[in-house]
Amino acid sequence: MHSLFLYVGLYLCFLMVLSLYRGVAGPTVVDRLIGVNAIGSKTVVLLVLIGLLYDRIDMFVDIALAYAMLNFIAVLGASRYFQKRKGLYEEPPYK
Amino acid sequence: MVLNGVVMVLMFCGLVFFTGGGIGILRFPDFYTRLHPAGKLDTLGSLLMMTSVAIFNLHEITLSNALTSLKIMLIVVFVFISSPTATHAIMDAGVRAGLRPWEKGMPRG
Repeated sequence: MHSLFLYVGLYLCFLMVLSLYRGVAGPTVVDRLIGVNAIGSKTVVLLVLIGLLYDRIDMFVDIALAYAMLNFIAVLGASRYFQKRKGLYEEPPYK
Repeated sequence: MVLNGVVMVLMFCGLVFFTGGGIGILRFPDFYTRLHPAGKLDTLGSLLMMTSVAIFNLHEITLSNALTSLKIMLIVVFVFISSPTATHAIMDAGVRAGLRPWEKGMPRG
């Protein structure tokens, strides 16, 4: 069973690289927010899986909970910051 | 043995939703459409994966294992509350910044 969790964790890392592409190449800055939010939520699940692999599940559950909260606050802060038009368009705004 | 089967099935369902969400974030043409799978990916994918880990954790029913599984469920509840709110905040940032939604025929935004 442990190898199953290892391969699932590796597959999650591969999915993270996919959403990292959206984070890097996202045309607008709010697209990058989507990529970062997706990576953050995958990290929470990955942390619990790693806890399972190391057989110290209760320690890693707390870390995963703290990371989930941190990810939530970071996304809220970033979205509140990017409301103005600053840095949203490379070309002139859509009209 | 049944327990491992349940864990495997839940784990693969969670992976299906994570993959669907991941591909949806890449392929959808516009910011607003990409937000749709992003919200779904967080909640349902982590629900399935976390319940499978919690069930796997309940192999030997001791108090500490039960409490740890309860805490894993607490993470799921928190993600269920926080992920839609975060997605809404991102969408709100996009709307306030004047990002126009994509119509058919427009180039990929």
